[in-house]
Amino acid sequence: MMLSKGLKRKREEEEEEKEALAVDAWWLEPGHPAVAQAPPAVASSSLFDLSVLKLHHSLRQSEPDLRHLVLVVNTLRRIQASMAPAAALPPAPSPPTAPGIADNLLASSDAALSASMASLLEDLSHIEGLSQAPQPLVDEGPPGRPSGAAPPSLGALDLLGPATGCLLDDGLEGLFEDIDTSMYDSEFWAPVSEGHKSSPEDGPGKEEAPELDEAELDYLMDVLVGTQALERPPGPGR
Amino acid sequence: MFLKFSLRSVFNGAGGGNDIQWCFSQVKGAVDDDVAEADIISTVEFNHSGELLATGDKGGRVVIFQQEQENKIQSHSRGEYNVYSTFQSHEPEFDYLKSLEIEEKINKIRWLPQKNAAQFLLSTNDKTIKLWKISERDKRPEGYNLKEEDGRYRDPTTVTTLRVPVFRPMDLMVEASPRRIFANAHTYHINSISINSDYETYLSADDLRINLWHLEITDRSFNIVDIKPANMEELTEVITAAEFHPNSCNTFVYSSSKGTIRLCDMRASALCDRHSKLFEEPEDPSNRSFFSEIISSISDVKFSHSGRYMMTRDYLSVKIWDLNMENRPVETYQVHEYLRSKLCSLYENDCIFDKFECCWNGSDRSHENVTTSQSHPF
Repeated sequence: MMLSKGLKRKREEEEEEKEALAVDAWWLEPGHPAVAQAPPAVASSSLFDLSVLKLHHSLRQSEPDLRHLVLVVNTLRRIQASMAPAAALPPAPSPPTAPGIADNLLASSDAALSASMASLLEDLSHIEGLSQAPQPLVDEGPPGRPSGAAPPSLGALDLLGPATGCLLDDGLEGLFEDIDTSMYDSEFWAPVSEGHKSSPEDGPGKEEAPELDEAELDYLMDVLVGTQALERPPGPGR
Repeated sequence: MFLKFSLRSVFNGAGGGNDIQWCFSQVKGAVDDDVAEADIISTVEFNHSGELLATGDKGGRVVIFQQEQENKIQSHSRGEYNVYSTFQSHEPEFDYLKSLEIEEKINKIRWLPQKNAAQFLLSTNDKTIKLWKISERDKRPEGYNLKEEDGRYRDPTTVTTLRVPVFRPMDLMVEASPRRIFANAHTYHINSISINSDYETYLSADDLRINLWHLEITDRSFNIVDIKPANMEELTEVITAAEFHPNSCNTFVYSSSKGTIRLCDMRASALCDRHSKLFEEPEDPSNRSFFSEIISSISDVKFSHSGRYMMTRDYLSVKIWDLNMENRPVETYQVHEYLRSKLCSLYENDCIFDKFECCWNGSDRSHENVTTSQSHPF
C-alpha cells in the first residue's frame, strides 16, 4: 500500500533547503538605496531558483496546497518575466524571444516547469473527474446546481471510504482502470527477449537486460540527469 | 496545548481617541517549546455571548472553555476561563481512492446561535463538517423500580411496592455528541464555514468551490460558486475565505489569493460565479515587489455586526471596507509594516504564506485582531 504518499513536508527538509540556498537578497537589505525606491526590474537568479525549488517541492506533495502552489507559480511567472532580456522594452506580459544561453535555460526550465505543473494539475482534475461518476439521483427541487461533489457523484469515493465500509462489486473494476499504475508497468520488468528469465525481484532491469535498446537507455539517462539538474541547488557564485 | 488570551494589536478606536491597552489576561497550557504536534491549536472561536471559547487543534480535538459565572456581573470583568468540555471531533481518515491521508486538524469552528439549553457548533477539517451538540447534565433519575442503582435488573417478582423515580442533583457533566456529519462534498481543502442568518443553512468553502448546506440535510448540498478552470493549467487564483452577510440571508462574500473580495447575491442566479460586487484596491506602485501578490492574498474576511462594513486581513494589514464602495477600503491598518523589508527572507522560509484571522469587537467601533498563523499558532 502506498501509505508513504500521505507524508507531509517535514521541518527538517525545510532546514536543509534553507542551508542549501544562499539567497542573494542584497537588493532588499535595509539601508540599501533600492529599498526606498521601486524594486529592481530584474530578480536575482537565486530568487528564481528558490521559486523553482518551492514549486517542485509543492508539486511533489501527495496533496499540494493549492493556494501555496498558485502563489508560487504566479510569483515565478513574475520573476521569469522580469529576467527575460528586454532591455529597451517596457516590461511585457510575455518574455520576448532572444538568443542566449540564459534564455535557453529559462526556456527549458519554463518548459519543464509548465510540463510538471501541467501534469500535476492534470492529475488533480483527473482524480476529480474520476470521482464524478454518473449521478444516480438528480435534484429537481429548488433551482441550483446539485453539488457535483455531493455523495451521488462521489459514489466512487463513498464506496471505498472508511465511512461506509461497503464495497460494490461492479464499481471496483471501473475505478482501477483509471488509476495510474505506470510505476508498476515499467517495461524493464517485462521479459525483453526469449530466454531472458529475470523476474521483477532481480533488481534494476537495466543491468539484467543487455538486450535493451541503447537509444532507450540514453534517453532514460538524459531524463534522469535533466531532472537532477533541476533539483540540484545552485552552486556558489550563481 | 498553548493558548494565550491576549490581544496583541493596538489600534485607536475608530470612534474615540483613547489608546486601547492590551495585555495578557490568561494563559492556558504549556508555555514552552516542547509542545506535541497534535496539541497545536489550529482555530479559535468565541460563541455569540462570549461565555464560551472553542479551540480546535491539529489532533482533531475540540476544547471548550467557559467563563466563570460570578465575574460576569462586572462590566470590566476579567472572568477566568476554565475547561468546560473536551471531545474528539475528527479522526484521521484514509482516502483509499487517492491513497491519501485526510488530516484530522480542525480548520474552523463556528457556533450556532443558542436556541435552547444546549449549545451547537460546526467544526470542520479539510473534508468533513460536523455538527456537535454540547449539553449539560446535572441531574439524574434515581429510584427505578426494575433497575438497581448500579444498573442491574431486578427480578420483577421481588418488587412489592412501586415508587416514582425522582431527579437528584449530580456533578455537572458536559456531553458532546455528533448530530450531523456533512461529508464528501469537497474535493479540495475546506477553509471556511459560515452560518446563514436564516439559521437553517450554512456555506462551506474550499480552494475552488463553495457549497450551500441545510443543517438538517447531510446527503446533499448545492454548489453556489465554482472557480475551477476547465483546464487546471489556467489556475491562477483560489478562494481563501467566505462568509454570509449577518442580516441578508441571500448575500455572501468570498476572498481570493489575489486580494479581491467578491460579493454575491444568491437571488441573482443559482450559481454565483458572477459577482454582484468586486472589492479590490489598486496596487500601490511604490510598494510593488515580486511578493506583492503573495502579501495581498486575503486570509480572512469578516462582516461587521451591522453588516455595513467588512474587515479583511492580508499578510501585512487589516482593511475595513464599506460595502458601498468597491474601489478601495475606507481604512487600512498596517499590522506589522516592519516586515515589509524582510519579505524575501519570509518567502525563503515560507512564513510569507502564513495566514491570520481577524474579528470585530462587540460594538463594531473598533476592531481587534486575533492572530493565529498557519504554522505558529498564537
